[in-house]
Amino acid sequence: MSEFVNFHFDVDGDNFVSAGQASVKVKKNLREMGLDPDIIRRVSIAMYEGEINMVIHAGGGVADVNVYKDYIEIILDDHGPGIPNVELAMQEGYSTASDHVRSLGFGAGMGLSNMKRYTDDMQIDSTVGVGTKITMRVNME
Amino acid sequence: MTVNQLATKYAFSVVTMPEGEKIVSGCYVGDLLSWVMGRAKAGNVWVTIMSNLNVVAVASLVDVSCVILAEGVTLDKEIVDMAVEKGVNILSSSKTAFETLKDIASEL
Repeated sequence: MSEFVNFHFDVDGDNFVSAGQASVKVKKNLREMGLDPDIIRRVSIAMYEGEINMVIHAGGGVADVNVYKDYIEIILDDHGPGIPNVELAMQEGYSTASDHVRSLGFGAGMGLSNMKRYTDDMQIDSTVGVGTKITMRVNME
Repeated sequence: MTVNQLATKYAFSVVTMPEGEKIVSGCYVGDLLSWVMGRAKAGNVWVTIMSNLNVVAVASLVDVSCVILAEGVTLDKEIVDMAVEKGVNILSSSKTAFETLKDIASEL
């Protein structure tokens, strides 16, 4: 495997209002690396959606962003309840978020579909009662 | 037109203006944050009535040129400070989102 730069974050599951700090930090780090603004935008939005999902549904987790020469990999890993039906969860508008979450502007059922929209590849590995691992890739060109 | 020029010409209240030379192009109106992230484009003016901290994160990630808070919505100081730190321009209007956009549409 080629050399890469890793950014690792523990996503706090307790503070929903300030969730998303890891994504904003990733954006700053990628900017400092001089990457293409559109690539940075796609990576940081996809990661933010995943980060918010981990806070809403899984009580937090860990996030890794690996920057390779040709692509950026985002890995989001949690030990939450898992996704019983991934196909259903992927549908725009499907949401199991609470009213509180919705009152903050989230829970529109667009998170996973936005993650797919902004990345070149997305794999969801989820087991009910064990957790969810999402691996996304954004190609550099 | 820059955010600075937009604010002056249309007499918006300036909540934050850390990067006033950003160019405004197009607009997105919405309060559901994932819709904004999925649909808004870099450089857009984002008109919303949401007022929590996540607005700053989304505005920063989407690279909007500025946020316009419609209906006289205000922000807590903590959020204002965060916006300045993240380079997010925020304007405020007492008008509705529709009226706000009607005024500035020809500039976008």
